[in-house]
Amino acid sequence: MSLSRRSVLAYGLFGPVFFSQIARPWASPPTRVVSLGGDVTEIVYSLGESARLVARDSTSTYPNEANSLPNVGYFRQLGAEGVLSLRPDALLASASSGPPEALKQISSIGVRIVSMPDDHSPDGLIRKVDLIAKTLELGNKGQAFIKTLEAALAEAQTIIANLKAEPRVLFLINAGNGAPMAAGRNTAANALIGLAKGTNVFADHTGYKPISLEAAAAAAPDAIALMDQTLAAMGGVDALAEHPALRLTPAARTRRIVARDGIYLLGFGPRLPSAMVDFAKAIRGIVS
Amino acid sequence: MSTIQETLSADKPGLIRDLRQSQARWRLLVLFVLAIATIGASIASLTIGSVAIPFQDVLSALLFPSNAATTNSQAVAIVEAIRLPRLILALCVGATLGVCGAALQGLFRNPLADPGIIGVSSGGALAVALLIVLGHSNAPETLAWAGPYALPIVAFAGSISAIVCVYALSWKGGATQGASLILAGIAINALVGSALGYLSFASTDEQLRQFTFWTLGSLARSNWATLWPAAIAMAFTTLAVLQLAIPLNLYLLGEREAAHVGVNVEALKIKIIVLTALGVGTAVALTGIIGFVGLAAPHIVRLLAGSDHRIVLPASALFGGLLLVAADMIARTAVTPAELPVGIVTGAIGGPFFLWVLGRYRYASLG
Repeated sequence: MSLSRRSVLAYGLFGPVFFSQIARPWASPPTRVVSLGGDVTEIVYSLGESARLVARDSTSTYPNEANSLPNVGYFRQLGAEGVLSLRPDALLASASSGPPEALKQISSIGVRIVSMPDDHSPDGLIRKVDLIAKTLELGNKGQAFIKTLEAALAEAQTIIANLKAEPRVLFLINAGNGAPMAAGRNTAANALIGLAKGTNVFADHTGYKPISLEAAAAAAPDAIALMDQTLAAMGGVDALAEHPALRLTPAARTRRIVARDGIYLLGFGPRLPSAMVDFAKAIRGIVS
Repeated sequence: MSTIQETLSADKPGLIRDLRQSQARWRLLVLFVLAIATIGASIASLTIGSVAIPFQDVLSALLFPSNAATTNSQAVAIVEAIRLPRLILALCVGATLGVCGAALQGLFRNPLADPGIIGVSSGGALAVALLIVLGHSNAPETLAWAGPYALPIVAFAGSISAIVCVYALSWKGGATQGASLILAGIAINALVGSALGYLSFASTDEQLRQFTFWTLGSLARSNWATLWPAAIAMAFTTLAVLQLAIPLNLYLLGEREAAHVGVNVEALKIKIIVLTALGVGTAVALTGIIGFVGLAAPHIVRLLAGSDHRIVLPASALFGGLLLVAADMIARTAVTPAELPVGIVTGAIGGPFFLWVLGRYRYASLG
């Protein structure tokens, strides 16, 4: 109930804005948008265009208001008709949205599908924001946001460049049923460690692989990073640090265990600059 | 186990004699009700969906697509591009799984037999996983010529290979034994399972997600391009298995007894196995592994209408189709705009029904 009231309110407020935009030289901008991917939704909110969202996927949980939008399910397992029932005119889709058959059916009904570049880097973030701003036809407002974001990214990179040492980092990811997986090459976690000028102790492997905790101990990480949910599943900071296999690592001895929200840390959304600096300091044990 | 054997022994004399009239009438009624229910569910599944489309729009979209385009083009597009291919896929896959399950249970005289047990499903899934993990990264152009058909073709090849292995392993002294076929199937399943496990370890994140689809099962990938060849293969399988009702009835007497009354036992086995590989291999290729239908549909039918394959085979096909159409309808509307995996629903609605039929049957036989 509150949902429909909210959207009615949103349309009441923003409807005239859309109407005036239609009169501009470019063709009618999309007004009913489904965003697929936590980073995409966050970018739309940061651009101040959340009133155009009619639905989001299950990974879009930030900002909090996004949770009140209809949920089309996991963005890799969409149902064509469910998405169409929201009468969208555009889908802003993360690179791995699918299945392809569902996307094809949705676009065959005449819905525009805009696919995001698959790139875990500051450049990739800028290209995503640019694409979304152009799709929503935000003009100068979008370019101004990009300028601000580029400045924030540059500033973050300068701060990190001035930090000493290259700490060895082990990034643990939830495996579902207890056994943790570590992030190797070609992962968002590895990209983040690189941006924070750390060394990924698990870089010999590709993707997320289950590891024996003994191997993790032998890697002697200076810091162990993980998502909040993973830390909770493993029993909290003390349980992790007291784990027999991890107990003797430098990270456990100094309690340098970095736990943050998953989308904040690995989403490569608009909060990337602060996530980079925060992470870079945390893996060096700097309290900011 | 015992319930099936009771059913079998109770019916043995009836197989050769004519059916008693009342029994025959009841069985035809079961078949008739199943047919009506399947047609009803099909109409419902075209009408019900997360996009509300009035029944007359659905009707005009189906009958006069060119006329309807002027009135409600979105309704036409949704019915034609999304609901209809999905309904046909659900009917074909459900019928194929049901009829193949019934034939395999008859062939092995084992109530636990289903297309999964002789390795057809997992063989197909393994082949797909191999293609996704090894093929696409090392030689992406290998199967480019096959376009959207690449994965279905590979899945079918995997199913055939698995079943040929099983058949060869259980071949001894010029014949195969039912029990050794099942044991060979279990062994092949174990090997395939461990190979799938290794591939999921070796795969990247993206590949892993791609092939969990094949091991979970879903009807969401239905589209016309891959549907036609697959629907023809599955329809052929279903119709061909239906022709085997009489030899399968005689086979219930026992393998040797069936041979004595003139059934070519080895040919019957090969026919059923090849047809299962064709039908279920194609089904796995399009939808991944959908469990429960092949196992439960024939059982429910047997409990309702006895074990005469002339009824069991067509009724299992109808019931399999009905179960999958109904399950898919719930799967795509229960949590709209999202979708549930169809396997969850087949188990959730099929399981309690199975238990109810089982309880009723036992009660009746005791009374």
